[in-house]
This record gives sequence, C-alpha cells and structure tokens, in this order.
Amino acid sequence: MWLVEARTVFGRARVRVLLGALAAVPILLAVAVYLSGGPGAGNGPAFLDRASHNGVFTALAGLAVTMPFFIPLSVAVVAGDAIAGEASLGTLRYLLVRPAGRARLLLAKGIVVALFCVVAALVVVVAGLAIGFALFPHGAVVTLSGTTVPLVDGVGRSLLAAAVVGASMFGLASVGLFISTLTDAPIAAMAVTVAVVIVSAIVDGVSEVSFLHPWMLTNYWTAFTDLARAPVRWHAIWKDLVLQAGYVVVFGSAAWARMTSRDVMA
Amino acid sequence: MVLPTPALAIETRGLSKLFGGVPAVDGIDLAVPVGATYGFLGPNGSGKTTTIRVLLGLLSPTAGSWALLGEAMPERGMATLPRVGALVEGPAFYPWLSGHDNLARIDAMGPDGQSSTREARIGEALARVGLGAAAKKKYKAYSLGMRQRLGLASALLRPRQLLVLDEPTNGMDPQGTREIRHLIRQLGEEGSTVFVSSHLLSEIEQVCSHVGVMHRGKLLMQGMLEELRASAVPKLRVEVDDPARAGELLARLGMADVAREGNQVVGSLNGLAPEDCCRHLVEAGIGVRMLIREQRSLEDAFVALTGEGFNVAG
Repeated sequence: MWLVEARTVFGRARVRVLLGALAAVPILLAVAVYLSGGPGAGNGPAFLDRASHNGVFTALAGLAVTMPFFIPLSVAVVAGDAIAGEASLGTLRYLLVRPAGRARLLLAKGIVVALFCVVAALVVVVAGLAIGFALFPHGAVVTLSGTTVPLVDGVGRSLLAAAVVGASMFGLASVGLFISTLTDAPIAAMAVTVAVVIVSAIVDGVSEVSFLHPWMLTNYWTAFTDLARAPVRWHAIWKDLVLQAGYVVVFGSAAWARMTSRDVMA
Repeated sequence: MVLPTPALAIETRGLSKLFGGVPAVDGIDLAVPVGATYGFLGPNGSGKTTTIRVLLGLLSPTAGSWALLGEAMPERGMATLPRVGALVEGPAFYPWLSGHDNLARIDAMGPDGQSSTREARIGEALARVGLGAAAKKKYKAYSLGMRQRLGLASALLRPRQLLVLDEPTNGMDPQGTREIRHLIRQLGEEGSTVFVSSHLLSEIEQVCSHVGVMHRGKLLMQGMLEELRASAVPKLRVEVDDPARAGELLARLGMADVAREGNQVVGSLNGLAPEDCCRHLVEAGIGVRMLIREQRSLEDAFVALTGEGFNVAG
C-alpha cells in the first residue's frame, strides 16, 4: 500500500519540481564557484570554501546550503499535504470507505513522507557529487581535521550525510503529518509546519533560553558536518537521531490518536 | 411454509449524530432488507448524507449502533466495507491522474489486493458507466456528469453485496440520469442490495422497491414503496347547492377529513366508491353540480407525512 502511495506522491508534478529545485541548488552553487574562482577560506556557508577542492565537498556544501530552509520547506509541503490534501480533495472519505484503514493509511503516509525526506537529501548529494566531479578534482579527500581519506570513503561519507540529513527531517515530518490531520486545508498545514521550523530556529538562536536548545527540532541539524572530520565525531549526530526519534514518537502518536478518532466531514 | 426472517443489509438502532448539540440524525432505526432497492428520501438537509457517513464509518455516531451485511460496525469495517460500494456526497478523485489511474490507485489502497484482476475490473467498471473512451483522460478534464460516472465506476470495481449511493444522478443530464436509473435497476436484478438517497421523489418512485422517508433527522416511515403509495388515498371533490348537508352526509357515509371550501366539499374517499357517494347525495335531494375523484400522487403522500414537503429543512 505504501508503494502505491509512494508512486502517487513521487509521480506528482509538484513533488518533482521540488526535487528538481533541490538538485539545482548544488549545481548552481558549483557553477558559481567555478566561474568566480571560489570564495576565500572561511567565507560563506559551511564547506563552500572547499567546494572547489573536491566533488565530495561540493555535495556537502549543497547540503549545508539547503539544510536550514530549502529541505525543511519541501518536507513541510509534502508532510502538510499528506492527510489535509486528501481531505481537501475529498479523496480521504473514499480511501476510508475503500477501506484503507485509518491507522494503516496514516502509516503508509508516514513511510512515504519519511522516504521523501531521505530522497530530498539524497538528490542534493547526488547532484552535488555529479557536478562536483565534473568541474573539480576527484582525488583523495582532505577532511576538516586536515587528514586525508580515500575518495571512496569520501563519497561514502557524503551519502551517509544524506541519510543523516534525511533522518534529521523525521521529527519535522511527524510534526507536519500531525498538523495535517488537524485541518482540511493543506496550505494551512504546510504554513504551520514551516512556522514550527522558524520558531524552533529562533528559540535556538536566543542564548537566554539555552536550556531549551537540546529540545529544539532544529538544534542538531548541522550535526552532519561532523561526518567531514576524521575520525568522525558521532556525539551530536547520535543526539540528533535520539531527539528526532522522540519527536516521531510524540507527534506520531498524536497523529494516530487524531486520525483514528476524527469525524471525516470533507 | 415458514420463511426465515429476511436478513438485513443495513440495520441501525437508535442511531443519532449531533453536531454541536443539534441533532442531524435523531434516533433512526433503518431496516434495509437484503435484495431491496431502498430509496432514502428526504429534502436537502434532512440528515441523509450524515446518516450515510455514519453507516460507512466516516463519522462516529453520538448514540446508537449499526450493522452492515449482518456485521457489527465499525468494529468489522475492514472485513465488511470491501463488499460495500459507495458514492458519498459526490465523486472525489485526484485531478492530475486519469480516470483509469484513479481507479487503479483506490483499488490498490484496500486491504484485499486482487491485483491480477485489477485491469479487467477497471475496464469493466468504466465500460459499465459509459466511460470506456475517456479512461486515459485526466480527471480534471472530466465534466460534472463524467465525474459522477467515475464515482459510480469506483463503487462497481468489485462485486458488491451492498451499494450505498448518495444522490447518484446529481449533475447528470437527462440522458445520463436515465442511464443511471437503468444501472441501479440492473444492479438490483443482479442481487445487490442498493441503498440510494435522493431528494427527488420521482427518481425513487421509478427504481425502488422500498422507501424510507427522512425529515429533520428523523425517519418518518419506511417500508415497501406500495405502502407509501397506499397511504396516498384518493379524494373526492363535489360542488353542491347545499354544502353543509352534503358534508354531513358524506362524513356519515364514512368519508374522512371532510372539509368545506365554499360550495365545494372535499374528503378522503377511504374506500368509498365515488358513484355511491353521488347516488346518496342525489337521493338526499342535494343538487350535484360537479363531482371529481382526485388521485393523490406519492408527493401528496409525502407532503401529508412531513407536513411541508420538499423545502430545505432549516
């Protein structure tokens, strides 16, 4: 059933445009760096100064640029639309009468939204690697720690970074899915989900409430950069994955409670 | 010979649904026998669609219980609903998918796969509602009538023991309406129980064996269509030179609801023969100027039942 759902979601023009736009970011970035000769060391977003050193860093720079807003935005669009979109079309009532089963339908939606998170990050990395290797050197990779790792290791790390970034979106995805069960207006669900990201990022930036920071959805979103060190620093990545799992449990349960009890009027 | 009690395809007991304390459905006891084509009749806003939504498990009732095909709902929904085809409050599909792909998706989202027969079933269902030629067209390019047809095709994707059709001819042209009526009759003949709601009495009258009348959330009556028709007894209208005496005489003969309207007297015939009434009037020395037997339509019966007919309930 989730395969059918995946085919519908990924076959949709809107979703393909989102993924295409995500792929365009590292490509534009690489071309800009290539044409300008690259920014000086320490300037611009993370990894940008190294983007021209190696294709692996082009991919990581792509992630660093899309991570704060572009990827979460596309996740908010897909997650917010998951249930509310069906409700606004009226197809929700026919899915339930089919019967798809309320919990079963929610699970299929959740799986596909999670899949989208990983695919979105993967698209950025793959596009980054492709354009990076086309324009820049592809030898051994010099890590942030100054050590050198073989190219295969570097590519593996960038794919792992995509997986970590994808998983970092699971919390937001479950928040979006929950919000999507509350309304019949998909745009409202998407907007509120984006607002959650913004509020979380603002709280994260205010040092007076630093005791809240470890609980913020966005707090460990940059943890994937630790994968570019050798040896890899796993601490923040683990914290991130545990936090995301917590969000999935809490908001997944809330979505389940709402979905299995709500009156479907749409 | 003792016949077994006919099983019910739809049975509700004291089913109620309140919205903000206001009853939309108010303690109804539906009994739809297996094999019946049941017309669920009532003006707009009388609670028909809310009832259907509760029956299909989309809304949870405020009170009461119900069963579909003898299975308790909503507990047995996953096992029962695959045998129920439904059209609820108009069709709803994904605008960016073709009619065919829409049917394939909804079919694949159920608990019972049967993917090997899917293509054949989709083709059959589309042909049955006359959409065979538009199968590859995007849903957003469909006209209102075509959308309604696709909704029906979706209800017919599998062999169904029960079909719940909410206003199936909504938005259809006269030709389409005739075709749908024919289809409903056919489905009934094939042995499916059909539960069809409508605010159009004439539609129900043409296809249904049974009827239930909703009004302001209450089920006013249900039974064979013939019973409702029988309740529409003919009236007799006479114009005489002495309406007071004529009224008295007709009431004595057994006429019901005798009323005087100027020089005319009107009453329900109640089994009396008009010619006997006429003879008695003449023999009593009353001058008869006019005598008409008025056959009341089903609509009159409905108006008599609801007291106000087909106005939108407030």
